Amino acid sequence: MELDKRQQEMLAGQYGNGTAMAMKIQLAIGEAFGASRMVPITRAHVALSNQEADLWFVEKILKAGAKCVISPTTNPGFSLQYFTGCPDVLPEDIELMNRTHNAYKEIGAVLTYTCTPYMGSNIPHFGEIVAFSESSATPFINSVWGARSNRESAQSALCAAITGYVPEYGLLLAENRLGDILVEVKATMKSDFEYQLLGYMGKKIGSGIPVFVGLPQTISPEALMNLGAQLNTSGAYGMYHIVGFTPEARTVEQAFGGKKPKRSVVITDDDLQKILAEISAAGDRKVDFAMFGCPHISISQVQMIAEIVNGKKLAIETWLLTSSYTKQLAERMGLQKIINDAGGEIVEDSCPDQPCWRHLQGKVGVTDSPKCAYYPKRRGMDFIIRDLATCVEAALKGDVQ
Amino acid sequence: MSQQIFKGHKVSEGLAEGAVLISQDAIMFYLIDPQTGIVIEKGHFLEGKSVAGKVLVFPGGKGSSVVQADGLYQLAVKKNAPAAMIIQYPDTVLVTSAIIMELPMVDRVDEAFYQTVKDGDFVRVNADTGEVEVVLASNE
Repeated sequence: MELDKRQQEMLAGQYGNGTAMAMKIQLAIGEAFGASRMVPITRAHVALSNQEADLWFVEKILKAGAKCVISPTTNPGFSLQYFTGCPDVLPEDIELMNRTHNAYKEIGAVLTYTCTPYMGSNIPHFGEIVAFSESSATPFINSVWGARSNRESAQSALCAAITGYVPEYGLLLAENRLGDILVEVKATMKSDFEYQLLGYMGKKIGSGIPVFVGLPQTISPEALMNLGAQLNTSGAYGMYHIVGFTPEARTVEQAFGGKKPKRSVVITDDDLQKILAEISAAGDRKVDFAMFGCPHISISQVQMIAEIVNGKKLAIETWLLTSSYTKQLAERMGLQKIINDAGGEIVEDSCPDQPCWRHLQGKVGVTDSPKCAYYPKRRGMDFIIRDLATCVEAALKGDVQ
Repeated sequence: MSQQIFKGHKVSEGLAEGAVLISQDAIMFYLIDPQTGIVIEKGHFLEGKSVAGKVLVFPGGKGSSVVQADGLYQLAVKKNAPAAMIIQYPDTVLVTSAIIMELPMVDRVDEAFYQTVKDGDFVRVNADTGEVEVVLASNE
């Protein structure tokens, strides 16, 4: 791999040991993928996670003197403001989040604490070269916005934010952005929920860049958010195309670059029902809580929930996780009051896979997101997965079909 | 077995050896119990099996952009990480996690390796040269 003068100086330590460390890691990544050079980026998003490995790495590179030249936006841990004083949260949890907060502040990150930067706080333009981690973000910015990023890990995106470069390989190159799997959707896409299940078909779709045909002509931002998030829960996808919808797939021809797909897959209603039965806990039972916001819910989703619960009382604890920006909007629009009056909570800057949910261990919840059901398994939470409206109705009744 | 050394390509440097454990499914290291190294993901090809100290042969990674690093980190802290990894489909998340955790990883290993390798074979991985050597084939 060839480095220019400035990149060589970075590697040699002339910009400090932290920058040298980042460049060394990026060089190894570039070599693993056969990149021939490094190219500059203009945006980054780091999937901060407030997990031990996250803190270990950011503190290590910060201690070596690293500072971001491209300030990255960040994913959520849990909100110190909301959870400090909660009986769930132990002093060591507060300490972990405090250290994560301080390390990212010190290294020069923009502390947005949301996993949906592509819905508002950090939107790249068509063709822009960026380094985005957060598995729901990478497919969104590549596929929907037409920007160019590899499926960065939290750490590789942080290295890119520190050096201002990324190795040029994979989805940064036009020839690698072409689709290679034809996915014919015969399932009825009734609501945003079916996109969660379609995304969860990773095993059937196989590895590559899926090209979806047969989807409706109108697809909401939330449906696209769901699709990307679940593709990367069931598999590893940096990009997809929707023919006639996403910018690099005006036609089937364009999506595949005139080549034949290496595989063809048909997705039916039956496939979606089968996957739901596989990943959801069995229904027809009482539930203990409801959780929405993996990825963070949008203001439209807050509106939808508020409409259903308006003037009613929720039977179980109900958590809406979102960005601080959306929470502020919800407050301004009177939605927060409706949800609070019903007994629900809107929490900013927080993720379901965090220690602040300790009291939910061993309990059964409802959620509309398979991703929400998947990761917190390690924290002993179990979930029944249903569409958003059914989940909210279940939260009002305290049981689910 | 006629050929004992198979060529591959370095992803993450280092040398390691151990018994082979093959997974047909992609792996997400977060749903492996750090205390035991046992895969706890429901329905996974390796469900109930331990990756600790193994040379893990699998297609590639899956899952979010943070959990591979944390999964491998937790396994490494408890000394239950795989000794080395042999993959077919490298993705940035898994590759970066292996590099920062300093775990040897190779890809593009000769097709002949895949035709002969089985669980329990004792292999040596030299990720620096990309070579995988089968030291002792399992009898089972």
